[in-house]
Amino acid sequence: MPDLILSVHDLACARGERLLFKGMNFSLKAGALLLVQGGNGQGKTSLLRLLTGLARPEAGEVRWCGEQIGRVSEVYHAAMCYLGHANGVKDDLDPLENLRFSDGLHGRAFDRSRAVATLEQLGLTRCLDLPCRVLSFGQRRRVALAALLLAGATLWILDEPLTGLDVHAVALMEGLIREHLKSGGMVVATTHQALNLEGISVQRLLVGNVAIPELV
Amino acid sequence: MHRFLLAVLRRDLTLAARRRGDWLIAQFFFVMVASLFPLGIGPEPEMLARIGPGVLWVAATLASLLSLSRLFADDHHDGSLEHMVLSPEPTVLLVLGKSIAHWLIYGIPVLLIAPVLGIQFNLSWEAIWILEISLLLGTPILSLLGSVGAALTLGLRGGGVLLTLLILPLYVPALIFGAGAVDGVMMGTGAEAHLSLLGAFMMLSLMISPWIAAAALRVSLE
Repeated sequence: MPDLILSVHDLACARGERLLFKGMNFSLKAGALLLVQGGNGQGKTSLLRLLTGLARPEAGEVRWCGEQIGRVSEVYHAAMCYLGHANGVKDDLDPLENLRFSDGLHGRAFDRSRAVATLEQLGLTRCLDLPCRVLSFGQRRRVALAALLLAGATLWILDEPLTGLDVHAVALMEGLIREHLKSGGMVVATTHQALNLEGISVQRLLVGNVAIPELV
Repeated sequence: MHRFLLAVLRRDLTLAARRRGDWLIAQFFFVMVASLFPLGIGPEPEMLARIGPGVLWVAATLASLLSLSRLFADDHHDGSLEHMVLSPEPTVLLVLGKSIAHWLIYGIPVLLIAPVLGIQFNLSWEAIWILEISLLLGTPILSLLGSVGAALTLGLRGGGVLLTLLILPLYVPALIFGAGAVDGVMMGTGAEAHLSLLGAFMMLSLMISPWIAAAALRVSLE
Protein backbone atom coordinates (compact mmCIF):
# COMPACT_ATOMS: atom_id res chain seq x y z
CA MET A 1 0.00 0.00 0.00
CA PRO A 2 1.46 3.36 -0.97
CA ASP A 3 2.06 6.02 1.68
CA LEU A 4 -0.96 8.13 2.37
CA ILE A 5 -0.36 11.59 1.10
CA LEU A 6 -2.55 14.52 0.13
CA SER A 7 -0.87 16.83 -2.32
CA VAL A 8 -1.84 19.92 -4.22
CA HIS A 9 -0.22 20.91 -7.50
CA ASP A 10 -0.36 24.41 -8.99
CA LEU A 11 -3.84 24.89 -7.63
CA ALA A 12 -5.77 27.98 -8.67
CA CYS A 13 -9.19 29.01 -7.47
CA ALA A 14 -11.55 31.67 -8.76
CA ARG A 15 -14.89 32.82 -7.43
CA GLY A 16 -16.75 34.38 -10.32
CA GLU A 17 -14.36 36.84 -11.97
CA ARG A 18 -12.02 37.15 -9.02
CA LEU A 19 -8.92 34.98 -8.76
CA LEU A 20 -8.48 33.99 -5.11
CA PHE A 21 -5.14 32.24 -5.38
CA LYS A 22 -2.99 30.47 -7.93
CA GLY A 23 0.12 28.35 -8.07
CA MET A 24 -0.54 26.75 -4.71
CA ASN A 25 1.56 23.70 -3.87
CA PHE A 26 1.80 21.66 -0.70
CA SER A 27 1.72 18.11 0.47
CA LEU A 28 0.55 16.58 3.69
CA LYS A 29 1.74 13.29 5.14
CA ALA A 30 0.20 11.02 7.73
CA GLY A 31 0.48 12.46 11.23
CA ALA A 32 0.60 16.10 10.12
CA LEU A 33 -1.71 19.04 10.63
CA LEU A 34 -2.14 21.72 8.00
CA LEU A 35 -3.39 24.96 9.43
CA VAL A 36 -4.90 27.14 6.71
CA GLN A 37 -4.75 30.79 7.67
CA GLY A 38 -5.87 34.00 6.08
CA GLY A 39 -8.31 36.83 6.55
CA ASN A 40 -12.01 36.70 5.80
CA GLY A 41 -12.80 36.30 2.13
CA GLN A 42 -9.31 35.19 1.17
CA GLY A 43 -10.39 31.74 0.02
CA LYS A 44 -9.88 29.43 2.99
CA THR A 45 -13.27 27.78 2.65
CA SER A 46 -12.89 27.68 -1.15
CA LEU A 47 -9.58 25.87 -0.73
CA LEU A 48 -11.15 23.36 1.64
CA ARG A 49 -14.02 22.74 -0.78
CA LEU A 50 -11.48 22.13 -3.54
CA LEU A 51 -9.73 19.63 -1.28
CA THR A 52 -12.98 17.75 -0.64
CA GLY A 53 -13.80 17.59 -4.34
CA LEU A 54 -17.05 19.55 -3.92
CA ALA A 55 -15.66 22.35 -6.07
CA ARG A 56 -13.48 22.05 -9.12
CA PRO A 57 -10.22 23.99 -9.38
CA GLU A 58 -9.66 26.66 -12.03
CA ALA A 59 -6.28 25.08 -12.72
CA GLY A 60 -4.06 22.46 -11.15
CA GLU A 61 -5.15 19.41 -9.23
CA VAL A 62 -5.56 17.81 -5.84
CA ARG A 63 -4.11 14.33 -5.50
CA TRP A 64 -4.64 11.57 -3.01
CA CYS A 65 -1.74 9.08 -2.92
CA GLY A 66 -0.58 10.44 -6.26
CA GLU A 67 -3.92 10.07 -8.07
CA GLN A 68 -6.23 12.94 -8.92
CA ILE A 69 -9.10 12.85 -6.42
CA GLY A 70 -11.77 12.84 -9.12
CA ARG A 71 -10.37 9.59 -10.46
CA VAL A 72 -10.24 7.81 -7.09
CA SER A 73 -13.26 9.52 -5.57
CA GLU A 74 -14.63 6.35 -4.00
CA VAL A 75 -11.38 5.60 -2.14
CA TYR A 76 -10.82 9.24 -1.35
CA HIS A 77 -14.29 9.90 0.01
CA ALA A 78 -14.04 6.79 2.16
CA ALA A 79 -10.79 8.10 3.64
CA MET A 80 -11.92 11.71 4.04
CA CYS A 81 -14.42 13.41 6.29
CA TYR A 82 -15.46 17.04 5.87
CA LEU A 83 -16.99 19.32 8.44
CA GLY A 84 -18.07 22.62 6.94
CA HIS A 85 -19.77 25.75 8.24
CA ALA A 86 -23.09 23.98 8.26
CA ASN A 87 -23.15 21.01 10.58
CA GLY A 88 -25.06 18.62 8.38
CA VAL A 89 -27.17 17.76 11.42
CA LYS A 90 -30.88 17.26 10.81
CA ASP A 91 -32.96 19.29 13.25
CA ASP A 92 -35.87 16.86 13.28
CA LEU A 93 -33.76 13.86 14.22
CA ASP A 94 -32.15 13.21 17.58
CA PRO A 95 -28.34 12.89 17.86
CA LEU A 96 -28.38 9.10 17.70
CA GLU A 97 -30.56 9.09 14.57
CA ASN A 98 -28.21 11.59 12.99
CA LEU A 99 -25.25 9.33 13.72
CA ARG A 100 -27.13 6.31 12.46
CA PHE A 101 -27.70 8.05 9.15
CA SER A 102 -24.10 9.16 8.92
CA ASP A 103 -23.05 5.52 9.42
CA GLY A 104 -25.50 4.48 6.72
CA LEU A 105 -23.98 7.01 4.33
CA HIS A 106 -20.65 5.29 4.69
CA GLY A 107 -22.20 1.86 4.29
CA ARG A 108 -21.46 0.81 7.85
CA ALA A 109 -23.75 -0.99 10.25
CA PHE A 110 -24.84 1.24 13.11
CA ASP A 111 -23.06 0.50 16.39
CA ARG A 112 -25.35 2.03 18.97
CA SER A 113 -23.15 1.54 22.02
CA ARG A 114 -20.20 3.13 20.27
CA ALA A 115 -22.32 6.07 19.14
CA VAL A 116 -23.63 6.57 22.68
CA ALA A 117 -20.09 6.40 24.06
CA THR A 118 -18.88 9.02 21.57
CA LEU A 119 -21.78 11.35 22.36
CA GLU A 120 -21.06 10.95 26.07
CA GLN A 121 -17.39 11.68 25.48
CA LEU A 122 -18.50 14.93 23.83
CA GLY A 123 -20.69 15.84 26.78
CA LEU A 124 -24.10 15.16 25.20
CA THR A 125 -25.23 12.50 27.67
CA ARG A 126 -28.43 14.31 28.54
CA CYS A 127 -29.41 15.11 24.94
CA LEU A 128 -29.47 11.62 23.45
CA ASP A 129 -33.20 11.51 22.79
CA LEU A 130 -33.91 15.17 22.15
CA PRO A 131 -34.46 16.39 18.60
CA CYS A 132 -31.46 18.46 17.53
CA ARG A 133 -33.81 21.40 16.97
CA VAL A 134 -33.86 22.09 20.72
CA LEU A 135 -30.08 21.79 21.15
CA SER A 136 -27.88 24.86 21.31
CA PHE A 137 -25.57 25.80 18.45
CA GLY A 138 -22.54 24.45 20.29
CA GLN A 139 -24.30 21.18 21.09
CA ARG A 140 -25.25 20.69 17.45
CA ARG A 141 -21.63 21.30 16.56
CA ARG A 142 -20.72 18.55 19.00
CA VAL A 143 -23.12 16.15 17.30
CA ALA A 144 -21.36 16.93 14.01
CA LEU A 145 -18.01 16.25 15.68
CA ALA A 146 -19.32 12.93 16.98
CA ALA A 147 -20.17 11.97 13.39
CA LEU A 148 -16.64 12.96 12.39
CA LEU A 149 -15.14 10.73 15.10
CA LEU A 150 -17.34 7.78 14.21
CA ALA A 151 -16.58 8.08 10.51
CA GLY A 152 -13.10 6.70 11.20
CA ALA A 153 -11.66 8.68 8.30
CA THR A 154 -7.92 9.19 7.86
CA LEU A 155 -8.15 12.75 6.59
CA TRP A 156 -10.20 15.33 8.44
CA ILE A 157 -11.02 18.53 6.61
CA LEU A 158 -12.36 20.97 9.17
CA ASP A 159 -13.69 24.41 8.37
CA GLU A 160 -13.68 26.46 11.56
CA PRO A 161 -14.31 23.41 13.75
CA LEU A 162 -14.18 25.43 16.97
CA THR A 163 -16.97 27.89 16.15
CA GLY A 164 -19.56 27.89 18.88
CA LEU A 165 -17.64 25.53 21.15
CA ASP A 166 -16.98 26.39 24.79
CA VAL A 167 -13.56 26.21 26.48
CA HIS A 168 -13.96 22.60 27.54
CA ALA A 169 -14.99 21.49 24.09
CA VAL A 170 -12.07 23.35 22.50
CA ALA A 171 -9.67 21.57 24.87
CA LEU A 172 -11.39 18.28 24.07
CA MET A 173 -11.10 18.99 20.35
CA GLU A 174 -7.37 19.73 20.70
CA GLY A 175 -6.97 16.38 22.43
CA LEU A 176 -8.95 14.60 19.73
CA ILE A 177 -6.91 16.18 16.94
CA ARG A 178 -3.71 15.21 18.72
CA GLU A 179 -4.92 11.63 19.18
CA HIS A 180 -6.01 11.43 15.55
CA LEU A 181 -2.62 12.63 14.32
CA LYS A 182 -0.79 10.26 16.63
CA SER A 183 -2.66 7.33 15.18
CA GLY A 184 -1.52 8.28 11.70
CA GLY A 185 -4.36 10.57 10.64
CA MET A 186 -4.11 13.90 8.86
CA VAL A 187 -5.97 17.10 9.52
CA VAL A 188 -6.54 20.17 7.35
CA ALA A 189 -8.18 22.90 9.38
CA THR A 190 -8.96 26.58 9.28
CA THR A 191 -9.42 28.45 12.50
CA HIS A 192 -9.31 31.96 13.85
CA GLN A 193 -8.93 30.70 17.39
CA ALA A 194 -5.69 29.94 19.17
CA LEU A 195 -4.96 26.22 19.44
CA ASN A 196 -2.59 24.51 21.82
CA LEU A 197 -0.58 22.39 19.42
CA GLU A 198 2.46 21.37 21.42
CA GLY A 199 4.15 18.29 20.11
CA ILE A 200 2.26 18.29 16.79
CA SER A 201 3.98 18.77 13.48
CA VAL A 202 2.12 21.75 12.09
CA GLN A 203 2.35 23.12 8.58
CA ARG A 204 0.99 26.57 8.04
CA LEU A 205 -0.46 27.84 4.80
CA LEU A 206 -1.35 31.45 4.26
CA VAL A 207 -4.15 31.93 1.75
CA GLY A 208 -4.43 35.30 0.07
CA ASN A 209 -2.14 38.23 0.58
CA VAL A 210 -3.42 39.69 3.82
CA ALA A 211 -0.92 38.90 6.55
CA ILE A 212 -2.48 38.15 9.90
CA PRO A 213 -0.82 38.13 13.31
CA GLU A 214 0.51 34.80 14.54
CA LEU A 215 -2.22 32.95 16.36
CA VAL A 216 -0.52 30.15 18.19
CA MET B 1 -24.66 -0.07 -1.69
CA HIS B 2 -28.11 -1.28 -0.59
CA ARG B 3 -27.29 -0.08 2.92
CA PHE B 4 -26.72 3.43 1.59
CA LEU B 5 -29.97 3.41 -0.36
CA LEU B 6 -31.87 2.12 2.66
CA ALA B 7 -30.26 4.75 4.89
CA VAL B 8 -31.40 7.55 2.56
CA LEU B 9 -34.92 6.11 2.32
CA ARG B 10 -35.19 5.53 6.03
CA ARG B 11 -34.01 9.04 6.82
CA ASP B 12 -36.36 10.81 4.41
CA LEU B 13 -39.31 8.76 5.59
CA THR B 14 -38.48 9.47 9.24
CA LEU B 15 -38.20 13.18 8.47
CA ALA B 16 -41.54 13.11 6.65
CA ALA B 17 -43.13 11.39 9.64
CA ARG B 18 -41.78 14.13 11.92
CA ARG B 19 -43.00 16.95 9.66
CA ARG B 20 -46.43 15.76 8.66
CA GLY B 21 -47.55 19.25 7.70
CA ASP B 22 -45.23 19.29 4.69
CA TRP B 23 -46.74 16.40 2.86
CA LEU B 24 -50.28 16.92 4.07
CA ILE B 25 -50.22 20.34 2.40
CA ALA B 26 -49.45 18.74 -0.97
CA GLN B 27 -52.30 16.26 -0.54
CA PHE B 28 -54.77 18.97 0.48
CA PHE B 29 -53.66 20.96 -2.55
CA PHE B 30 -54.38 17.92 -4.74
CA VAL B 31 -57.89 17.60 -3.31
CA MET B 32 -58.57 21.35 -3.53
CA VAL B 33 -57.49 21.76 -7.15
CA ALA B 34 -59.52 18.72 -8.21
CA SER B 35 -62.57 19.95 -6.29
CA LEU B 36 -62.49 23.45 -7.77
CA PHE B 37 -63.26 22.22 -11.28
CA PRO B 38 -66.78 20.87 -10.58
CA LEU B 39 -67.53 24.12 -8.77
CA GLY B 40 -66.33 26.23 -11.66
CA ILE B 41 -67.64 24.22 -14.59
CA GLY B 42 -70.94 22.99 -13.23
CA PRO B 43 -72.25 19.71 -11.89
CA GLU B 44 -73.46 17.91 -15.06
CA PRO B 45 -72.40 14.26 -14.52
CA GLU B 46 -71.52 13.62 -18.20
CA MET B 47 -69.32 16.72 -18.35
CA LEU B 48 -67.55 15.79 -15.09
CA ALA B 49 -66.86 12.24 -16.24
CA ARG B 50 -65.48 13.68 -19.49
CA ILE B 51 -62.99 16.05 -17.83
CA GLY B 52 -62.34 13.96 -14.67
CA PRO B 53 -59.25 11.99 -15.74
CA GLY B 54 -57.50 15.08 -17.13
CA VAL B 55 -58.31 17.20 -14.10
CA LEU B 56 -57.08 14.54 -11.67
CA TRP B 57 -53.89 14.09 -13.61
CA VAL B 58 -53.20 17.84 -13.80
CA ALA B 59 -53.92 18.18 -10.06
CA ALA B 60 -51.54 15.31 -9.23
CA THR B 61 -48.86 16.94 -11.37
CA LEU B 62 -49.22 20.32 -9.68
CA ALA B 63 -49.28 18.76 -6.21
CA SER B 64 -46.02 16.96 -6.88
CA LEU B 65 -44.40 20.23 -8.07
CA LEU B 66 -45.40 21.86 -4.81
CA SER B 67 -43.23 19.47 -2.83
CA LEU B 68 -40.35 19.06 -5.27
CA SER B 69 -38.70 22.42 -4.67
CA ARG B 70 -37.78 21.17 -1.20
CA LEU B 71 -36.44 17.82 -2.32
CA PHE B 72 -32.83 18.94 -1.93
CA ALA B 73 -33.24 22.48 -0.57
CA ASP B 74 -33.67 21.55 3.10
CA ASP B 75 -30.65 19.27 3.06
CA HIS B 76 -28.64 21.89 1.22
CA HIS B 77 -29.53 24.46 3.83
CA ASP B 78 -28.33 22.48 6.84
CA GLY B 79 -25.25 21.07 5.11
CA SER B 80 -26.33 17.43 5.09
CA LEU B 81 -26.50 17.40 1.29
CA GLU B 82 -22.74 18.00 1.12
CA HIS B 83 -22.17 15.12 3.51
CA MET B 84 -24.31 12.87 1.34
CA VAL B 85 -22.56 13.87 -1.88
CA LEU B 86 -19.19 13.30 -0.20
CA SER B 87 -20.04 9.78 0.87
CA PRO B 88 -18.12 7.04 -0.93
CA GLU B 89 -21.30 5.86 -2.67
CA PRO B 90 -22.20 7.36 -6.06
CA THR B 91 -24.41 10.45 -6.09
CA VAL B 92 -26.70 8.67 -8.57
CA LEU B 93 -27.79 6.33 -5.79
CA LEU B 94 -28.44 9.26 -3.50
CA VAL B 95 -30.70 10.90 -6.08
CA LEU B 96 -32.45 7.61 -6.78
CA GLY B 97 -33.03 7.08 -3.05
CA LYS B 98 -34.43 10.56 -2.61
CA SER B 99 -36.70 10.17 -5.66
CA ILE B 100 -38.07 6.89 -4.35
CA ALA B 101 -38.64 8.47 -0.94
CA HIS B 102 -40.42 11.37 -2.61
CA TRP B 103 -42.68 8.96 -4.47
CA LEU B 104 -43.47 7.02 -1.29
CA ILE B 105 -44.31 10.23 0.57
CA TYR B 106 -46.22 12.09 -2.16
CA GLY B 107 -47.11 9.53 -4.80
CA ILE B 108 -48.69 6.85 -2.63
CA PRO B 109 -51.15 9.23 -0.89
CA VAL B 110 -52.21 10.52 -4.33
CA LEU B 111 -52.93 6.91 -5.34
CA LEU B 112 -55.06 6.49 -2.22
CA ILE B 113 -57.01 9.73 -2.63
CA ALA B 114 -57.57 9.54 -6.39
CA PRO B 115 -60.38 6.89 -6.32
CA VAL B 116 -62.40 9.04 -3.93
CA LEU B 117 -62.02 12.03 -6.21
CA GLY B 118 -62.83 9.74 -9.13
CA ILE B 119 -66.23 9.01 -7.58
CA GLN B 120 -66.74 12.75 -7.17
CA PHE B 121 -66.20 13.09 -10.93
CA ASN B 122 -68.71 10.34 -11.70
CA LEU B 123 -66.09 8.00 -13.18
CA SER B 124 -67.10 4.37 -13.68
CA TRP B 125 -65.34 1.71 -11.59
CA GLU B 126 -63.50 0.53 -14.65
CA ALA B 127 -62.26 4.04 -15.34
CA ILE B 128 -61.17 4.48 -11.71
CA TRP B 129 -59.29 1.20 -11.91
CA ILE B 130 -57.42 2.35 -15.03
CA LEU B 131 -56.83 5.76 -13.42
CA GLU B 132 -55.13 3.99 -10.51
CA ILE B 133 -52.90 1.97 -12.83
CA SER B 134 -51.99 5.06 -14.82
CA LEU B 135 -51.15 6.96 -11.62
CA LEU B 136 -49.15 3.99 -10.34
CA LEU B 137 -47.05 4.10 -13.50
CA GLY B 138 -47.08 7.88 -13.81
CA THR B 139 -46.39 9.29 -10.36
CA PRO B 140 -42.87 7.79 -10.24
CA ILE B 141 -42.19 9.76 -13.45
CA LEU B 142 -43.19 12.96 -11.63
CA SER B 143 -40.75 12.21 -8.78
CA LEU B 144 -37.90 11.10 -11.03
CA LEU B 145 -38.07 13.94 -13.57
CA GLY B 146 -38.78 16.34 -10.73
CA SER B 147 -35.49 15.43 -9.06
CA VAL B 148 -33.69 16.75 -12.16
CA GLY B 149 -35.48 20.10 -11.87
CA ALA B 150 -34.93 20.27 -8.12
CA ALA B 151 -31.21 19.64 -8.58
CA LEU B 152 -30.91 22.20 -11.38
CA THR B 153 -32.65 24.96 -9.44
CA LEU B 154 -30.98 24.24 -6.11
CA GLY B 155 -29.79 27.38 -4.37
CA LEU B 156 -31.32 29.76 -6.93
CA ARG B 157 -33.52 32.62 -5.87
CA GLY B 158 -37.09 31.99 -7.00
CA GLY B 159 -36.07 28.40 -7.66
CA GLY B 160 -39.61 27.16 -7.06
CA VAL B 161 -41.10 29.09 -9.97
CA LEU B 162 -38.20 28.24 -12.25
CA LEU B 163 -38.59 24.59 -11.31
CA THR B 164 -42.23 24.71 -12.39
CA LEU B 165 -41.35 26.25 -15.75
CA LEU B 166 -38.54 23.77 -16.34
CA ILE B 167 -40.33 20.60 -15.35
CA LEU B 168 -43.94 21.06 -16.49
CA PRO B 169 -43.07 20.63 -20.19
CA LEU B 170 -41.26 17.39 -19.31
CA TYR B 171 -44.39 16.13 -17.58
CA VAL B 172 -46.47 16.52 -20.74
CA PRO B 173 -45.97 12.96 -22.09
CA ALA B 174 -46.92 11.45 -18.73
CA LEU B 175 -49.99 13.67 -18.62
CA ILE B 176 -51.09 12.79 -22.16
CA PHE B 177 -50.68 9.04 -21.78
CA GLY B 178 -51.99 8.97 -18.21
CA ALA B 179 -55.19 10.87 -18.90
CA GLY B 180 -55.42 9.26 -22.34
CA ALA B 181 -55.50 5.77 -20.83
CA VAL B 182 -58.57 6.61 -18.76
CA ASP B 183 -60.22 8.37 -21.70
CA GLY B 184 -59.50 5.33 -23.83
CA VAL B 185 -61.32 2.97 -21.53
CA MET B 186 -64.30 5.35 -21.29
CA MET B 187 -64.49 5.68 -25.07
CA GLY B 188 -64.12 1.94 -25.47
CA THR B 189 -60.86 2.05 -27.41
CA GLY B 190 -58.91 0.37 -24.61
CA ALA B 191 -56.14 1.62 -22.39
CA GLU B 192 -53.35 -0.86 -23.14
CA ALA B 193 -51.47 1.27 -25.65
CA HIS B 194 -51.43 4.33 -23.41
CA LEU B 195 -50.42 2.32 -20.38
CA SER B 196 -47.60 0.60 -22.27
CA LEU B 197 -46.22 3.92 -23.40
CA LEU B 198 -46.57 5.30 -19.89
CA GLY B 199 -44.67 2.30 -18.53
CA ALA B 200 -41.96 2.77 -21.14
CA PHE B 201 -41.70 6.44 -20.24
CA MET B 202 -41.35 5.50 -16.58
CA MET B 203 -38.53 3.04 -17.31
CA LEU B 204 -36.81 5.67 -19.43
CA SER B 205 -36.96 8.29 -16.70
CA LEU B 206 -35.85 5.73 -14.12
CA MET B 207 -32.77 4.98 -16.17
CA ILE B 208 -31.86 8.50 -17.21
CA SER B 209 -33.02 11.05 -14.68
CA PRO B 210 -30.91 9.99 -11.65
CA TRP B 211 -27.77 10.47 -13.76
CA ILE B 212 -28.79 13.91 -14.99
CA ALA B 213 -29.93 14.97 -11.53
CA ALA B 214 -26.65 13.77 -9.98
CA ALA B 215 -24.63 15.79 -12.51
CA ALA B 216 -26.84 18.83 -11.93
CA LEU B 217 -26.44 18.44 -8.17
CA ARG B 218 -22.66 18.47 -8.42
CA VAL B 219 -22.79 21.66 -10.50
CA SER B 220 -25.25 23.32 -8.11
CA LEU B 221 -23.08 22.52 -5.10
CA GLU B 222 -19.93 24.03 -6.59
